[in-house]
Amino acid sequence: MSTTEYERVPETASLADDPGLPERLRVLWENRPGLYGWIASVDHKSIGIRYLVTSFVFLLLGGLEALLMRIQLGQPGEHVLTPEQYNQLFSMHGITMIFLYALPVLSGFSNFLFPLVLGARDMAFPRLNAFSYWTYIAAGLFMYSSFLLGAAPDDGWFNYAPNSLKAFSPGPNMDFYALGMIFLGISTMVGAANFVVTVLRMRAPGMSINRLPILVWGTTAASAGILLSVPAVSLAFFMLWLDRNFGTHFFNASADGLPLLWQHLFWIFAHPWVYIIVLPAMGLVSDALPILCRRPLVGYTLVVLATVLTMVLGFGVWVHHMFATGLPLVASSFFSGASFIIAIPSAVATFAWIATIWTGRPVLTTAFLYFAGFIVMFVVGGVSGVVTAAVPADLQLTDTYFVVAHIHYVLIGINLFGVLGALYFWFPKFTGRMLGERLGRWNFWITFIGFNVAFLPMHLTGLMGMPRRVYTYPEDLGLGAVNLISSVGSFLLAIGLLLFLVNVALSLRKGARAPDNPWDAPTLEWATTSPPPPYNFALIPLIASRHPLWEDRLQEGSGRSVLDRGFTLDHGKEALATTVLDAEPDVILKMPADTVTPFVLTVMLSAAFTALLVQSWWMLALAGMLILACIVAWLWPKRHLLQIAAAGHG
Amino acid sequence: MAEAESLHVGPLPVGSPQAKSSGWFGMMTLIVTEASLFLYLLFSYFYFAIWDTHGFLPARRPTFELSAPDTVVLLLSSVLVWWGERGARAGRRRQLAFGLAGGLVLGGIFVGVQLVEWAEKPLHFDTSPYSALYFTITGLHLAHVVIGMMVLLALLVWSLLGMFDARRYAPVSIGAIYWHFVDAVWLAVFFTLYITPYLA
Amino acid sequence: MTGGGPLPLGLFATAGAGAGQISPLLWGLIWLSVVIAVLIALAVVVGIAIRARRERDPKLVPVSRSGNGLPLIYGGVGLSILILLALTGWTVTVIAGIAKPSAPAAFSVDVSARQWWWAFHYDDPDSGKAFTTANELHIPVGQAVAFNLTSPDVIHSFWVPALGGKTDVIPGQTNTMWLEADKAGVYRGQCSEYCGQQHANMALYVVAEPAAQYASWRTVQAAPAKPPVTAQTEAGLADFIGRCGNCHTVRGTPARGDKGPDLTHLMSRSTIAAGLLDNAPGNLAGWIAHPQGLKPGSLMPDIALSGPEFEAILAYVETLK
Repeated sequence: MSTTEYERVPETASLADDPGLPERLRVLWENRPGLYGWIASVDHKSIGIRYLVTSFVFLLLGGLEALLMRIQLGQPGEHVLTPEQYNQLFSMHGITMIFLYALPVLSGFSNFLFPLVLGARDMAFPRLNAFSYWTYIAAGLFMYSSFLLGAAPDDGWFNYAPNSLKAFSPGPNMDFYALGMIFLGISTMVGAANFVVTVLRMRAPGMSINRLPILVWGTTAASAGILLSVPAVSLAFFMLWLDRNFGTHFFNASADGLPLLWQHLFWIFAHPWVYIIVLPAMGLVSDALPILCRRPLVGYTLVVLATVLTMVLGFGVWVHHMFATGLPLVASSFFSGASFIIAIPSAVATFAWIATIWTGRPVLTTAFLYFAGFIVMFVVGGVSGVVTAAVPADLQLTDTYFVVAHIHYVLIGINLFGVLGALYFWFPKFTGRMLGERLGRWNFWITFIGFNVAFLPMHLTGLMGMPRRVYTYPEDLGLGAVNLISSVGSFLLAIGLLLFLVNVALSLRKGARAPDNPWDAPTLEWATTSPPPPYNFALIPLIASRHPLWEDRLQEGSGRSVLDRGFTLDHGKEALATTVLDAEPDVILKMPADTVTPFVLTVMLSAAFTALLVQSWWMLALAGMLILACIVAWLWPKRHLLQIAAAGHG
Repeated sequence: MAEAESLHVGPLPVGSPQAKSSGWFGMMTLIVTEASLFLYLLFSYFYFAIWDTHGFLPARRPTFELSAPDTVVLLLSSVLVWWGERGARAGRRRQLAFGLAGGLVLGGIFVGVQLVEWAEKPLHFDTSPYSALYFTITGLHLAHVVIGMMVLLALLVWSLLGMFDARRYAPVSIGAIYWHFVDAVWLAVFFTLYITPYLA
Repeated sequence: MTGGGPLPLGLFATAGAGAGQISPLLWGLIWLSVVIAVLIALAVVVGIAIRARRERDPKLVPVSRSGNGLPLIYGGVGLSILILLALTGWTVTVIAGIAKPSAPAAFSVDVSARQWWWAFHYDDPDSGKAFTTANELHIPVGQAVAFNLTSPDVIHSFWVPALGGKTDVIPGQTNTMWLEADKAGVYRGQCSEYCGQQHANMALYVVAEPAAQYASWRTVQAAPAKPPVTAQTEAGLADFIGRCGNCHTVRGTPARGDKGPDLTHLMSRSTIAAGLLDNAPGNLAGWIAHPQGLKPGSLMPDIALSGPEFEAILAYVETLK
């Protein structure tokens, strides 16, 4: 063993020089077959698909919950659901959509695409990637298991104290929620760390930060936001769990606790969270829309700055959820102003998209239709937000259906429509098949019309005074007609989504096979096969612009990216780390093999959280020891990864 | 063209070279998020201090007899760990082992002294919001110290197994920076819980 | 109970000084939003109409960076900034305007929000004239009234849309707000912060009336209940004290419970169960017999009463005018 093992000049070749390279790499990187291989996989593409599928299952569950609610609310005085059933449904609808669908679906995209668009072989932490998925589904199942006991959380996703304390919520409902959220927080934070380090370290040589796709900017900003905001809600839920089970009085007003502290901690997290669940979707649209307009995005730098600024400002507006709580005027005015200002970066993005359409040559594929709808609904959601940013208006509109309209325009309009469009765009890359365009059009129009029929009237419903979170309303409030319209629209929306799923199922079986680059797009993922090989790139590319595959046609001053010659990095499972600022080659990383440790650790964590739920301390101790053993096994330094001294040294 | 040049690079390190390793960057993100956690804990403390109209601080303010020496103990432990890491960098295995062991022992003393202080307090966990915050803040910090001690123990074992040399000791760097972080958090916690009551 | 026309909780018509100051800003923002949304939608649709290609396959449409889109961004964002700054200024002035009534409040009412009803306490320096009522409060027209909001249980929110914006009721602190009715009428309010199972059925009514009528209402409310005169109602009072008095107060009797609404002048109110039902004999009987059927989860339990007990209590309660 010589010292060259600690360092090495990476070999460079072309496929002509080394035609056996792809096969050697495939053998090194391929997932193992069978159930074991599926559980043990650390391949970001496989994990990305799992995130997408699982999040869609939760979308459907959350949607079913919503449809039941809309049946109950379709007419005044209905008795389809009892009050307790309705309250559990509306709470789980919010929890499911906001936590178990909205971020994970975007994680699915980012997981699949990051290494590909960055020109890398995998994410920075492949095992941690698998772990973030397993803990996500485990935490989701943990929270959903509450339904088996008829004890789903029923205090809303925002879970205000004191109603969430034992005195008013004696059952285990809130304990499921509190512990489940702390559990889910592990997944979220670990995933965010992975994205941040991947962006900092795994970019291909030459990919300076001004050459990154907007998806990367959006997800990175969101990940930084996650790292800084999730601890607030984890802490809040931990304190709630202590109040409920160990007699503390953080939020218990009858013992000098402060209910508003819950709201501050919760909203300090939850407001940044709403930007976290839209910025990556905006990034997907900012990347795909220009390609369908046959030109680069107008105002790339402005859009990047707007993305980062939105996340930063997102930490400074949380009190706008608390305008009615009796705050000092100065505080209300400040946060009101900040809430107006945060619309500005959104305006930047909106005008950038419109300018791209006006100076481009739009090609009206289904994906494009979704993106066009997205822009309009983004703006509707944005302006209704501006209305509620004004404190006096908010004092009338908060806690009415006007806010319900606002949140669904921003969440469905930005996240869901962005996701559906992005799925039509990237489905070929994920699966090797094209999603049917004819069924796609039907799917788009029914979804679009259904959504607007359901939610546009809700602005009116709010102005007519209907409060939120009510399981019924009396006849003499005059709210029956608008509610019926919304209920009908919600079913239409559901049919539209069903059509989407039908399209996916049909296309997976019989869709046209996708070439490498069906949309003639410029970014690196389209330089691989559809779907990509397990190692992504046989030769590490060298990047000279934002649009590597369009350089010849744009004929701009930049140099030319080199994709047909590059580092082979085939001494095992290897990837390249580059410097943070200039993306110059820095380290040859040794990547881990498939392993079941992340899965086993998740099972142990599930046991630990269950032990906390039922307050079985011996079970907790046992699970704790097993968790420790798993972590030690995972982190045990391995020679073949060159984490430690090579044999014969040290 | 600059591109042609960077295809021809000198030798690149392979694997996990200390501060260039992915693990180091990962530890940085962990520190950011755990620092946020403590920020929100201290925010909660100050929120109560400002808005609790019923008198937040206890009659007996926390004293320095145990906490001040304990702070010194923890700072010293960081010095020892730092010294140990320097040994790793120089390939001096004994220095590394003693530095880690020393840090571990002093960490244990910190935990012990803190538990004594807890036992001596007339307050219980559920006495008042102040006590709940005091024990939650110091308790979560203590949990981080205990985890840090387990990290130091693992590093000690690995170093005794001969796993580190002067060119590869990334786990030591990563573990050490975690330990120093826990130390820095203590300074913020100490300032908030022990010093600010006397400033009001 | 009829009050407020076809949209009792609607924001389209205001009847109070606070709501009246908010309304121009609220509707100004809404119309501005409609205009902006329509303009942007037009920009997207027209842009597509003018620029879109017939081809549905991007490979058939050449790539080029032509035209300068940046002026659109600068122009659009610049205009947006100006609008947003103007809106901030307008908002701050209205915030200042609604902070206090134009003249100091004539008096204050203590509001205690409970799961799932409202207690209103009218204090009086001449004690003997203080009283507590529930779910329906009266105020004089044209005078600002202050409200001190407290809750012994969870967070609620006090909202009478026709008169003014809402203020949350937070346990452990007293939030103060004011309302002033411009014209006589009956205005519906509703709890606007999710407070548990029956949040949907926690309404209240504000009756704004001329000063003279308001004064006579106060006098009636302040008086204790008249003693029963018939045999049945006397038995009813005895039963009431035994079966209902632990939770309900009827001033002038030993019934002094404070877990439920003060019933001294129940029959003067237009609704019962926090606005759930009109105060008609059939409804009242149904409520007393089986509250859990009408408002499941409410803190008034179903109490097993024998036939004569039930009739007597009902007869007595119907005398509480």
